[in-house]
Amino acid sequence: MGMTITEKILARAAGEQNVRPGQIVNARIDWLMTNDATTHVSVDLFKHKLKHPRVFAPNNTVFILDHNVPSETVNTTRVQNIMRGFAGEHGCILYDGEGVCHQLMVEHHVNPGQLVIAADSHTPTMGAVGAFGAGVGSTDFTAAMVTGSIWLKVPPTLRFELKGRLRPGVYARDLILTIIGDIGSDGAIYKTMEFGGPALSALDIDDRMVLCNLAAEAGAKNGIIAPDEIVSRFLAGSGRAVSAQDFLQSDHDCTYEKVYHYDLDKIEPTAARPHFVHNRAEVSVLEKENIRIDQGFIGSCNNGRIEELRVAAAILKGKKIKPEVRLIISPASRQVQLAAMREGLTDIFLQAGAMVVNPNCSVCWGACQGVLGPGEILISTGTRNFKGRAGSPDSFVYLASAATVAASCLEGKIADPRKYDGKETK
Amino acid sequence: MKHTLFEKILMRHTGRSAITPGEIIETAVDRVMIHDFFTPFCFAKFEEMGFTRVWDPEKIVLVYDHLVPTSFVSDSRHHKIGDEFARKHGITRVHRADGVCHQLMPELGYVTPGQIVLGTDSHSVTYGAVGALGTGIGYTEMAAVLGTGKIWLKAVPTIRVEINGTLAPGVYSKDIILQVLKDLGADGASYKVLEFGGGTIRNMSQEGRFTLSNMSVESGAKAGLIEPDSKTLEYCKKYISPAGLKGLAADDNAPYEKRLEYRAEELQPLVACPYNVDNVKPVKAIAGKKIDQVFLGSCTNGRLEDLGIAAGIVKGGKIHPNVRFLVVPASRDIYREAIRLGYIETLVQAGAIVNHPSCGLCAGRSNGVLTNGECIVSTNNRNFYGRMGDDRVEIYLASPATAAASALEGKITPPRAEADGTSIDLQ
Amino acid sequence: MKKNEVFSGRVILLPDDVDTDIIIPTQYMTLSAIKEMCRYAFSPLRPELAANICRGDILVAGKNFGCGSSREQAPEIIRELGIACVIAESFARIFYRNALTNGLLVIEAAGLAEHVKEGESLTVDMKENLLITTGGKRLGFAQIPSRLMEMIEAGGLVEYYKELNGVKP
Repeated sequence: MGMTITEKILARAAGEQNVRPGQIVNARIDWLMTNDATTHVSVDLFKHKLKHPRVFAPNNTVFILDHNVPSETVNTTRVQNIMRGFAGEHGCILYDGEGVCHQLMVEHHVNPGQLVIAADSHTPTMGAVGAFGAGVGSTDFTAAMVTGSIWLKVPPTLRFELKGRLRPGVYARDLILTIIGDIGSDGAIYKTMEFGGPALSALDIDDRMVLCNLAAEAGAKNGIIAPDEIVSRFLAGSGRAVSAQDFLQSDHDCTYEKVYHYDLDKIEPTAARPHFVHNRAEVSVLEKENIRIDQGFIGSCNNGRIEELRVAAAILKGKKIKPEVRLIISPASRQVQLAAMREGLTDIFLQAGAMVVNPNCSVCWGACQGVLGPGEILISTGTRNFKGRAGSPDSFVYLASAATVAASCLEGKIADPRKYDGKETK
Repeated sequence: MKHTLFEKILMRHTGRSAITPGEIIETAVDRVMIHDFFTPFCFAKFEEMGFTRVWDPEKIVLVYDHLVPTSFVSDSRHHKIGDEFARKHGITRVHRADGVCHQLMPELGYVTPGQIVLGTDSHSVTYGAVGALGTGIGYTEMAAVLGTGKIWLKAVPTIRVEINGTLAPGVYSKDIILQVLKDLGADGASYKVLEFGGGTIRNMSQEGRFTLSNMSVESGAKAGLIEPDSKTLEYCKKYISPAGLKGLAADDNAPYEKRLEYRAEELQPLVACPYNVDNVKPVKAIAGKKIDQVFLGSCTNGRLEDLGIAAGIVKGGKIHPNVRFLVVPASRDIYREAIRLGYIETLVQAGAIVNHPSCGLCAGRSNGVLTNGECIVSTNNRNFYGRMGDDRVEIYLASPATAAASALEGKITPPRAEADGTSIDLQ
Repeated sequence: MKKNEVFSGRVILLPDDVDTDIIIPTQYMTLSAIKEMCRYAFSPLRPELAANICRGDILVAGKNFGCGSSREQAPEIIRELGIACVIAESFARIFYRNALTNGLLVIEAAGLAEHVKEGESLTVDMKENLLITTGGKRLGFAQIPSRLMEMIEAGGLVEYYKELNGVKP
């Protein structure tokens, strides 16, 4: 019997020939990552409760400060310093304000077939390069720092067959919001969301990160796309050439728990209404409701890359956002920040009246930058829209694509981006 | 009778041909600025006082800069209140994320030479650099000005600060003002005006002059004036004509209370040590002290020239791994121009965290606050207890050059001049 | 503050250069009411002080009291805490103006600090312009110009304009 790509990765990491969904394995970890949201808890466990002397694999343990950069309270700085101190003491890799954790991991470290465990829910992003990425809590993370491995239950896989092509003005973000709207926030609990099919050849690394990243919001353990030419090229460009011969793929005779079919031609600009990611609505419908917005956000591990910035710039070029609307744009990493400047995108954003902040989790995380006040409405490319996610518990978050956010900031209300020329600015 | 520049501006506004020192003078105001920290307080007082209309909506500027982007749930309320007041009273000059108030006021021509411009902020003295009488007032008094368009000011004495000669490489206007503050002390110009002049000032860029005027308030000064000249004209050219500078100079032998005279060659890179702005020492006296963070920005030193100097120093290098280097351009236009000139790219490549224009860490409530035990070199204007987070954070105030040099080394470091004695190159 | 009033209060001693960041740290300035900010007054310098201030207390400070930022919450909070007056060797000018605007009595007098101890009683005689310590020391201070006293006696600038604009009490 064949295995899915996820099963193969877990089998290899566990030193097993074969694994089946439901089986519990002990998997060797290739990359362990944590960020400033919770590391201090893990450090406390490691140092003071376990009193363990050393990190198992410091060269493969990555500490990333991204959530509260620059720090907004003294307490935050205190916990960040605990993180910095520990990383220094144990020789772990430290990124201090260079960008969003998942973005940096994909840009610099993670290769196809690897097993990535991180103390952050959006670790499924790693699936974009054909790796297994799952989020865990502080205790599991601490155990992983001690042992270098982790127990995992092999998840069953849901297959999402993608065919056709996204139309102008429609993006991978709209696709994943549509899918989550269909299956619900618990539609993939404990499962793998595996994306594949003929449409893949037109989905680049950025699109794949968008899909795999938001799998977490359907409850998935991981999201994954089998690596191909596109991944090869990306890795080569990042200075990490990996032989395609080593790429794992799902076997023809593997078992999927369920197969969903999506025709990308039929996808419409989609949003998620407050206060749930599965609370789907088409943007064209929302537009008719005349929902006035206070703030827009383009950024996050889901949608803060150069591709999204190009799309937004094409819509904003030569125009100005509504004066009372705040638009915050945070490139997901230093690399993206530099590319945006070189391509003239940052200048377009500044001319349009937007704020271009440093690479960090920013508005998505609801602290530090762009915190919403009571009654305010945000339209965002972030990952979640639970009550209070972006600040006040009496605020409202709509999730949408960068194009929709840009269009909405021009109009001061939720707006369909397709009326603007959807061509990317190169 | 001979008059100082301060008196001349007052005379211009009141049609008087002479002013008696110590007089209390009521004068019309040319423009006012209220920033987002104080919008709720100012406008509540305005209503409470029973005013129903502002005296002139064209003369009122609202700038949101201290709470931008919003860091806490309570922040946007200040902006909403500002927006509502603006709508109600027909105020169109509202800048919501365009930069720091004191940079925008002269940049956008809201203050020009010879004017009297008040702000709800002590660093409104910055406007003195274009030869305007800029001074800070509280929000209640501002509410009264909104209703009446007038203010009472005492005709206080002027201390003249003369600087002549050429600054050595690595020495900048920030170092000049720190020396002056050291000599005057934190209250040495209390209830007085500082008037800066001399060859060094005449040769100094307009941007460099803003730094001087900006920090005059740290000695208690009511204003920090600099005679406007061709450089000022060039800076303000979109908003004034040469005729606008007429009469804006102190008389020869004007009656100054005191004169401070400096030779620029004798000045050196300086730093204001914790916990007072007048606790000034040479950088080399405390060089080697380990630091955790560097801040480049604020109405004191967030301008294009400052970013260029810092970029020139860090170019091709990397910030020390133990240092967080926060950079905040003072306005949207400066940010754009700095990107165009490659300064921002250079700073980012070196490891800086570059953020959108705002007061940033200088406002001290978020944006990089520190804990006790930490130490920062900063280009802003204050270093009191609790200014940037915990109550005993050590804040060393310095020039952009000293800040950048320190960021590279991970410890307080004077800027290096090139071996042949020329200035550090801008990119 | 009544005209020519004579009053006494408990002394709280503060040093030179007490700036407005100390009087009210920035992080509390967006609290929605002055009352809420009061408990953080002077916290970077003396964290326990605000909770122990009683109505009628008198602040006795050194030079340059209230220097730094123009934040008017500084004198507002001092007044809200019930401080009867602030006596300092010298005041920073923006603070001085803001104090008057808020009806807070501010008296400039040199040499008082060496004659009083924290917790002792001090008498202020606004008719004779005298400060009288428990030890019997009498220190004069300059007459506050009547125009400025009017503002203090009215309760501040808001009260002044309310009357001017005919706002009913």
